[in-house]
Amino acid sequence: MKIQIKNGRLVDPRNHVDRACDLFVADGCIAGAGAAPAGFRADRTIDAAGLVVAPGLVDLAARLREPGLEYKATLDSELYAAVAGGVTSLACPPDTDPPLDEPGLVEMLKRRAASRNLAHVYPLGALTAKLEGARLAELATLRDAGCVAFSQADAPIPDTAVLWRALQYAATLGVSVWLRPQDPYLARDGVAHDGEVATRLGLPAIPPFAETIALGAILALVRATGTRVHLCRLSTAAGVAMVHAAKAEGLPVTCDAGAHHVHLSEMDLAHYDAHCHLVPPLRSLRDRDALQAGLADGTIDALCSDHTPVDEDAKQMPFGESAPGATGLELLLPLTLKWARERGIALADALARVTCTPARILGIEAGHLAPGAPADVCVFDPEAHVTVSAAGLQSQGKNTPFLGYALPGRVRFTLVGGAVTYEARA
Amino acid sequence: MRNPQLNEKGELQHLLAIEGLPREIIVRILDTAASFVGVTEREVKKVPLLRGKSVFNLFFEPSTRTRTTFEIAAKRLSADVINLNIATSSQTKGETLLDTIDNLAAMHADMFVVRHGTSGAAHLIARHVAPHHHVINAGDGRHAHPTQGLLDAYTIRHYKRDFARLAVAVVGDILHSRVARSLIHALTTLGSPDVRVIGPQTLLPTGVESLGVRVFHDMLRGLRDVDVIVMLRLQNERMKGPLLPSAQEFFKCYGLTAEKLAAAKPDAIVMHPGPMNRGVEIDSTVADGRQAVILPQVTFGIAVRMAVMSILGGGAT
Repeated sequence: MKIQIKNGRLVDPRNHVDRACDLFVADGCIAGAGAAPAGFRADRTIDAAGLVVAPGLVDLAARLREPGLEYKATLDSELYAAVAGGVTSLACPPDTDPPLDEPGLVEMLKRRAASRNLAHVYPLGALTAKLEGARLAELATLRDAGCVAFSQADAPIPDTAVLWRALQYAATLGVSVWLRPQDPYLARDGVAHDGEVATRLGLPAIPPFAETIALGAILALVRATGTRVHLCRLSTAAGVAMVHAAKAEGLPVTCDAGAHHVHLSEMDLAHYDAHCHLVPPLRSLRDRDALQAGLADGTIDALCSDHTPVDEDAKQMPFGESAPGATGLELLLPLTLKWARERGIALADALARVTCTPARILGIEAGHLAPGAPADVCVFDPEAHVTVSAAGLQSQGKNTPFLGYALPGRVRFTLVGGAVTYEARA
Repeated sequence: MRNPQLNEKGELQHLLAIEGLPREIIVRILDTAASFVGVTEREVKKVPLLRGKSVFNLFFEPSTRTRTTFEIAAKRLSADVINLNIATSSQTKGETLLDTIDNLAAMHADMFVVRHGTSGAAHLIARHVAPHHHVINAGDGRHAHPTQGLLDAYTIRHYKRDFARLAVAVVGDILHSRVARSLIHALTTLGSPDVRVIGPQTLLPTGVESLGVRVFHDMLRGLRDVDVIVMLRLQNERMKGPLLPSAQEFFKCYGLTAEKLAAAKPDAIVMHPGPMNRGVEIDSTVADGRQAVILPQVTFGIAVRMAVMSILGGGAT
């Protein structure tokens, strides 16, 4: 299959391309840009006039809920949601049921995901057995089964000695470890940011230093072990400052923030909107602004959806009892564009946070459009606004604080490996 | 976003919290309650305002006192009252909160009086029910206990008349107290210029000043020249652990004794939402002393709950 995407604005952040030109796809790969390669005859031509032609998005955190939690979502629903959102590669955290701590589970997930021919799925293996934070999982075996990195998802490792040994062991194997910094004792029972809103609503709270204390411990262990660590879902201004300093020091750390946290704050909890029950909690406006700034200056390397489909019943509960999380695969691009517009960030710089940079963190060949690269492409209309509605979401999870919002960016075509996997109705 | 307690005309649809209630509605509830205080002292203690209406007391958390006062209030308004102690019933069988509500709504409930251990439960129910149902929050987690806040305000008005001149101190476990939050909002809405909270840092929520109060850790300084002292109940499980070393030490620092009471104005009143822990937050000589108005609070509480129900039921004049 040969495809010509013509008349579009090609934006390829990694290769510093932002110009009007055609893109040519052949045999699953990018064949060239600008003038047609010699002898190229398109089987299909896509007219991208007025549209942006960008690398497919790379999402560092998307829960697909398989195995074990299929009542919340399935591979079919979520991988289709991914391509509907222009996401062509995603990392899925190991907090499935059972957790991804055995090679058989990882192989099955990879095989089942690959058979869909939709987005590429990169499983993160459990760092500890059953994610219990006590015993190491078989990292070498899991790596060979296809895990690209290791994580505890949102499960704690309360014992710092275990974390130290886990990082040493990971360093031995040369694999990276992804950690969400949060002190489990300070976060215990908490469901909201420890601030004026939680005080007013009477919600058990998580102080911001639950993040920075854990971050301090992780950074000290990185300094001691040299392990490559990716810090997940930063939520506080103080945390961003610590990561900034750690990078200046030369520690091998990268970090991401969730797309919701870059736009929302504790104020959005309003009258107990359970859609705003997220992990980590939405924090103060000052924290949110620091995340936006950190993302702009590169302290925060990547923006991710932290896609967490939750069934409606689990959200129809009193705030603190409701299941945390928000659906996000289809909102990652719009929320990236919204951030870029509000902060005056160039489109290519904004897209870098959801394409080439997360691809580099994952260590995968994706997120760019140089000749020879896999033809994972997102073609979108940057000017169209879409009003978020439950019916419009392909994900089985309809849980989003953005219901009713008109957000910029409408995906028109998504290509994975050179095949059109999603095409919006005209 | 519209205040979830008010309908499109700005009338009271549910009573979920004092916060966000317009001052006029609070005053109207207190004035209506005043007219019911007489009823509760009559030979025949009933008025027909809610005749034919069904009030469901839904208590997801154990309570005897609050449930009883709601029951009495509803009966004095001639409503039919159904008590459901759900802590021991359907929730343990796996039914969701809103399923329970739907079932009771199908039994033609007019009013739900809800107590729940999780903050925001009453808001969730209020959002869910059809417009002809009314929800009264009888306590949700740490958040709000609006009828208690209103009866406290009623008691203060009864003894002190003018909120604009009052200094009020709320003492003890503010962090976990829905009573404190509701009273603070009532006082600031009604115009009290000087609301103080007194307690150790471990029992004060972060940013409590944002509620419009001054913070004191030293009880004698905090009580200086106040007109009203509200003592809060300290739950047993919080007396020993990371929040406090012991009940004895709490009493030493924050228990209301005659000596500490002397720092307040000579005519200061002492309130307590009950049930009291004598010797933990309050000394018996004070609890039984001439300045205590703890039992009148209970009596006024029935009139205040009658007022709220009658206004929601549309029968109040």
